[in-house]
Amino acid sequence: MIRLVTDDLRPPGPISRRHLLSVADLTRDDVERLLGTARTFAASLERRVKKLPTLKGHLVVNLFYESSTRTSSSFELAAKRLSADTLTVKAAGSSVDKGESLADTARTLGAYDPDVIVIRHPQAGAPHLVARVTEAHVVNAGDGKHQHPTQALLDLYTLQEALGRLEGLHVAIVGDVLHSRVARSLLQAFALVGIRATLVGPPALLPRDLPAEATSDIGAIRDADVVYVLRMQRERMEGGANFVPSLREYTARWGITPERLRPGQRVMHPGPANRGVEIDAAVADSPASLIVRQVRAGLVVRMAVLYDLLVGGPVGVEAAATAEVA
Amino acid sequence: MPALWQRELPGADVVVRGARVLDPAEGLDARLSVRIDRGTITALGETVEANGHRVVEAEGLVLAPAFVDPHVHLRTPGREDEETIASGTQAAAAGGYCAILAMPNTEPVVDSAATLGALAAAARREAEVPTGFLAAITRGQRGEELTEMAELADSGAVAFSDDGVPVASAGLLRRAFQYVSITGRTLALHCEEPTLSRGGHVHEGRAAAELGLAGQPSVAEAAMVARDLAVARHEGQPVHLLHLSARESVELLAAARAAGVRASGEVTPHHLVLTDDAVRSLDPNVKMNPPLRGERDRAALLDALRDGTVECVATDHAPHAAHEKDAPFEAAPFGVTGLETAFAALYTHLVEPGLLPLATLLERMSAGPARVFGLERPRVAAGAPANLVLLDLEREWTVGERPFRSRSANSWLLGARLRGSVRLTAAGGAVVYEA
Repeated sequence: MIRLVTDDLRPPGPISRRHLLSVADLTRDDVERLLGTARTFAASLERRVKKLPTLKGHLVVNLFYESSTRTSSSFELAAKRLSADTLTVKAAGSSVDKGESLADTARTLGAYDPDVIVIRHPQAGAPHLVARVTEAHVVNAGDGKHQHPTQALLDLYTLQEALGRLEGLHVAIVGDVLHSRVARSLLQAFALVGIRATLVGPPALLPRDLPAEATSDIGAIRDADVVYVLRMQRERMEGGANFVPSLREYTARWGITPERLRPGQRVMHPGPANRGVEIDAAVADSPASLIVRQVRAGLVVRMAVLYDLLVGGPVGVEAAATAEVA
Repeated sequence: MPALWQRELPGADVVVRGARVLDPAEGLDARLSVRIDRGTITALGETVEANGHRVVEAEGLVLAPAFVDPHVHLRTPGREDEETIASGTQAAAAGGYCAILAMPNTEPVVDSAATLGALAAAARREAEVPTGFLAAITRGQRGEELTEMAELADSGAVAFSDDGVPVASAGLLRRAFQYVSITGRTLALHCEEPTLSRGGHVHEGRAAAELGLAGQPSVAEAAMVARDLAVARHEGQPVHLLHLSARESVELLAAARAAGVRASGEVTPHHLVLTDDAVRSLDPNVKMNPPLRGERDRAALLDALRDGTVECVATDHAPHAAHEKDAPFEAAPFGVTGLETAFAALYTHLVEPGLLPLATLLERMSAGPARVFGLERPRVAAGAPANLVLLDLEREWTVGERPFRSRSANSWLLGARLRGSVRLTAAGGAVVYEA
């Protein structure tokens, strides 16, 4: 079971429900169960008819306040593959344009009694607010620079499938850690399963209070089994921010090129990639790249998360049985 | 003279019998009875004649000088939906306060004698407890031109502050120190170096790094504290540092005081009780400016309060509308309420565990702020006006179990169990609260 996140902020709180707001809410057992369920679903997707009846009659609302391709499409498809009804609301073109607050939008959508609300929002704490004001299970699909827990889970899944293990792996996370919710979620997930992490990037983009090894020396990626490349957000690098003097200098010093990799090293990226900035096109398209596998993993992991929240129980066995019935 | 205003209230005729009377500034700690005639303390002794007055049996309770809060946001004018002079001063009465000072960062800013005069008139109609007002240092708190400080002081402004924002220009601050000297008032400074704090929602520390929230580093406060103390020292003027939060800031304050600078400081209950660990909840009710900092900062603030480097507890009571706080952490405004919980929070978290003597807490909540701002010191003495608080140190209560008197409920203590409650408050000679 995904651990209870109690709504203890506003006494008297509503009844506790299960949410996936942060990797910090998960135990190692939770992670292993979710990855196991995802593997079961991956097998079911090999079949000719890919739809399972598992979540028939359930409603999954996708509420996206930021642009997204991978996350929003995979959540929608995950829900559909499990036969849930889906409703996707994007901030642009909705009442958000008319100035409606997140709390009010969430209450409005809550009136349809959704079973799950998946939310992406540019501000940390938005999913927590939705959890406070609605009765739905809430899944954080990215809030500000805070958390992106399903990304961390799909990355663990990808690592497990590609390298056959998690414990004892060494991953170098390279780039703009400061502004990265992916990096924060990964660090917690890696700690749960025993993966060693090294953060590499320009000094101002490495928060000094994170509990991880950190260095600005790109040579440090040499020892890693996997190089995990973070997206450089161009808007953060514009004149005046001065995190780095220029994107050109960033690429020269920290860009992941074929020359900087050693044979056998694998490369990951959460997408969307800026080719020629943080990652060389030759790397992104090479056999060392796991980027496409990450996208595929996103679908089955999100199916597993929806299943776990709504059905729960000893997931691996039940999911397999359900898949057989289907 | 700094002016305090209160609505017309009948002077109390009451006897408080058998309380532990604790007035640290008077060196008083004894089991006594006190008689108040028409709002003035007239008798203090082991037994006093009741003179037909109502008797409050206070066996087992503590009677102390009522509290003075030098840092309150009454949101009037402009945001009367969040607080009014009436509601804010009722909250103060319930919290045991006999005087509060309101900050000028309202809409419009209190930067002219006309605005101050209107507030004074409103306080004479509505204020449950004596209320004073600080006026802005710069017009519109824009940090460009000085306000007409002489006229504002003549109109009763207690002190000057651009609280909410720093005076960014050192040159302008210097002119403010020079000019304010003719008024005899103090500058109360919000210390924040804006290019270091910009965009920060919380303290820049481990919690911020892990949560991905932009942080305000401690040096954003300390760098400005250092600058402000240096300018005050150069001009030979007194200075008061608002809501200190960082260890380095109180170290600088201690060094300046040792060097003879007339510098004072204040700390809030939330900075004395919480650390930035609390923001991991992403509860907008622990979002304030300056932000909650680390455990070493909290410990340093407590040490400074204990040894007198910091002379005042100030609530920085900052009411916010529920619909504005009901937002994602990063979108929520800074500020928490505090008038109704300050004593109980500090008694529960500092006095009960033995971290701070009760007498010291009472001094820092009453005589300390009165001294810094040149106000009459509340005292338990014959001939003094009744500015008294009667405290029940045994009673436990849950914050929020009764509606707040404040119009806003953005308390960082919502749902907390606290020990210590106010049984009665007398302010300006009148009984303004009784539980």
